[in-house]
Amino acid sequence: MKNQNIDSRPAGPKPWYDPQVRSIFFQIVAISLVFWAGWTLVDNTLSNMESRGISTGFGFLGESAGFGIIMHLIPFDATMSYGRTFFVGLLNTLLVSAMGIVTATIIGFVVGVARLSTNWLVAKLALTYIEVIRNIPLLLQIFFWYFAVLRNLPSPRQTMDVGDWLFLNNRGLYMPEPFAQDGFGLVYGALTVAIIGTVALRRWSRKRQLETGEIFPVFKVGVGLIVGLPVIAYFLAGQPLQWEIPELQGFNFGGGFVIIPELAALWVALSLYTASFIAEIVRSGILSVSKGQTEASKALGLPANLTLRLVVIPQAMRVIIPPLTSQYLNLVKNSSLATAIGYPDLVAVFMGTTLNQTGQAVEVVAITMAVYLTISLLISLFMNIYNRAVAIKER
Amino acid sequence: MTESEVQRPKKALAPVKWIRSNLFSSWYNTLLTVVIGYLVLTSIAPLMNWLFLEATFTGAEPSDCAGEGACWLFINQRLNFFIYGFYPDDLQWRVDAMFILLAVAFVPQFIEGFPARKWLGIFGLTGLPVIGFFMIPGGLFGLEPVESSKWGGLMLTLILAYIGIIASLPIGTLLALGRRSEMPVIRGLSVVFIEVWRAVPLITVLFMASVMLPLFLPEGMSFEKLARALIGITLWQSAYMAEVIRGGLQAIPRGQYEAASALGLGYWKKMGLVILPQALTMVIPGIVNTFISLFKDTTLVLIIGLFDILGTVQSTVTDPAWQNVAVEGYVFVAFCFWVFCFGISRYSQNLERKLDTGHKT
Repeated sequence: MKNQNIDSRPAGPKPWYDPQVRSIFFQIVAISLVFWAGWTLVDNTLSNMESRGISTGFGFLGESAGFGIIMHLIPFDATMSYGRTFFVGLLNTLLVSAMGIVTATIIGFVVGVARLSTNWLVAKLALTYIEVIRNIPLLLQIFFWYFAVLRNLPSPRQTMDVGDWLFLNNRGLYMPEPFAQDGFGLVYGALTVAIIGTVALRRWSRKRQLETGEIFPVFKVGVGLIVGLPVIAYFLAGQPLQWEIPELQGFNFGGGFVIIPELAALWVALSLYTASFIAEIVRSGILSVSKGQTEASKALGLPANLTLRLVVIPQAMRVIIPPLTSQYLNLVKNSSLATAIGYPDLVAVFMGTTLNQTGQAVEVVAITMAVYLTISLLISLFMNIYNRAVAIKER
Repeated sequence: MTESEVQRPKKALAPVKWIRSNLFSSWYNTLLTVVIGYLVLTSIAPLMNWLFLEATFTGAEPSDCAGEGACWLFINQRLNFFIYGFYPDDLQWRVDAMFILLAVAFVPQFIEGFPARKWLGIFGLTGLPVIGFFMIPGGLFGLEPVESSKWGGLMLTLILAYIGIIASLPIGTLLALGRRSEMPVIRGLSVVFIEVWRAVPLITVLFMASVMLPLFLPEGMSFEKLARALIGITLWQSAYMAEVIRGGLQAIPRGQYEAASALGLGYWKKMGLVILPQALTMVIPGIVNTFISLFKDTTLVLIIGLFDILGTVQSTVTDPAWQNVAVEGYVFVAFCFWVFCFGISRYSQNLERKLDTGHKT
């Protein structure tokens, strides 16, 4: 009876109940849906562009741009190509991102540590900073610095100055620009020697410390070398630097090195905003190191600063790195808000002006998105490598 | 400062002792206290003067703002524009009604033990958008239509953030399930979708939505600017939402998945009845946090020419009738955002603490 029952049943479940068959079926459906959607989009786009008289392809990159850009790290003028505007914008984006990452990290670490200070006033001040800044939209903060603070500085004619070489007005911060003369190579040479020497010194001192236990003040000597040697070389070579001092020419300053207000506003806002998030990350990282670790290092006789440097921070870094990475990524992406105040970053120059002039929406948007995707992937990659270096080594 | 924990004052401590141990414990702490205390005290007085004491609150025209302090009169006079944008005056009751419904649905969420709290929350996520869909644009049931180009101010900010979250919840859930799927094709597509959207700034997404979306659509079909922005925001937000929900899915112990399978539940029943209810509850704080960042990010729509609350203020601070009111305008907007974001983040922190007892392996 029992046997008969089993025999009369089909060998397996019906094909449409078989998970494997279902899975393959759904995947085929998904692929065909994606292809259908993609094909429809491409088809629509092509016919739309045809009816609007927009040509396709990347040929426009070679055409002359015909507009100026207020800030360029590589030589640029209106006769150069749209392709060049891309690089000008990209470099400006990278510049403000790099500046922002450095300052945001410094401010964030300082505030994060201050948040844990035993001094009540310092801790509360840090808390206030964090809670105020991170709950206000970044764009508003950029507007505040640009329109309310920097725009209200005096005009170039009533400029504020320090001595006769540093000028601050509503057109920017003007500084003397150094130009290297003959013989400046000596200074570069001295710097290279100093850096190599410091690295060698560090190796030697570490080896000596492991063998004898004696500590050599590498940091102080290293700083002395890296600063001292180039300075000596500079004077030996007969001060081969010429400074171009900014000067009032008509209504504006000319010459010298200038930080335009757009860059300054964006930089300040990005740094302060991101720092408030980094501070919280640093705080939770430090708190995650158990008290036993601090107590153990104190019991070993390490002074407070060495406890922090050798015990707490290395362990806190493991917790800090992953969220810090995403804050860096956010900062790079947020730098695109530049377009709201006219700082010529990638989005403002390329996705803004170039797109408007050429009408090549698809190509320009695709290139811009690809750039941000690449930057994101690169930062993630570097931070992952660093993370692997500091992560717990399970033995 | 090297201590890894803040020393909390004990209640029994006398004030003098507290001050000594928290402000003057060592020579550098004393120095810090004195310097920072001096800076704070000297800056508070002028700030208070500017904000309240010498500020102008009432009046009729810009010239009444003659004092040294802030010109709050400016905010006072333009408040209607900052809240409703160009929405017609006589129809603003519809927006007000939606504001009240929104408050009825969500304010109780902050109050412990409010009756029918859960049902009000569910209404806020399902019924409210439907009502809003009829109330705000009008055009049906005898309501006079108001085109979306007239919407603006705080109302637009709330609409963008609210719809962005509501619409991205189901899409984000599907993407999160897709990313944890065992089918390689589904998983790959979800990963690519999520990572691409997460890697690009919202501005490029908004640009794309406003410039490229018209090209993607078949001829004759078109969306308004607001709808295009909403599509962009929703797609972008659902990628973030997917990652939050994935965190919840991963935190559910294997036993739950296995138990559901052992009961003979199919995939959708397993997810819908066992896994998702637990996972979604667990990630409510995360969802609230993404809501806060989306709420702040909605200000970006002013770049593509929509008038959210920052956009309305930005467009009026340049009004020649008012001189130098930029700071007042920005402080006003900052205050609005701060109240919302700070309140909601406190709520999410409380919730996190309450839910912390959940699954720990």
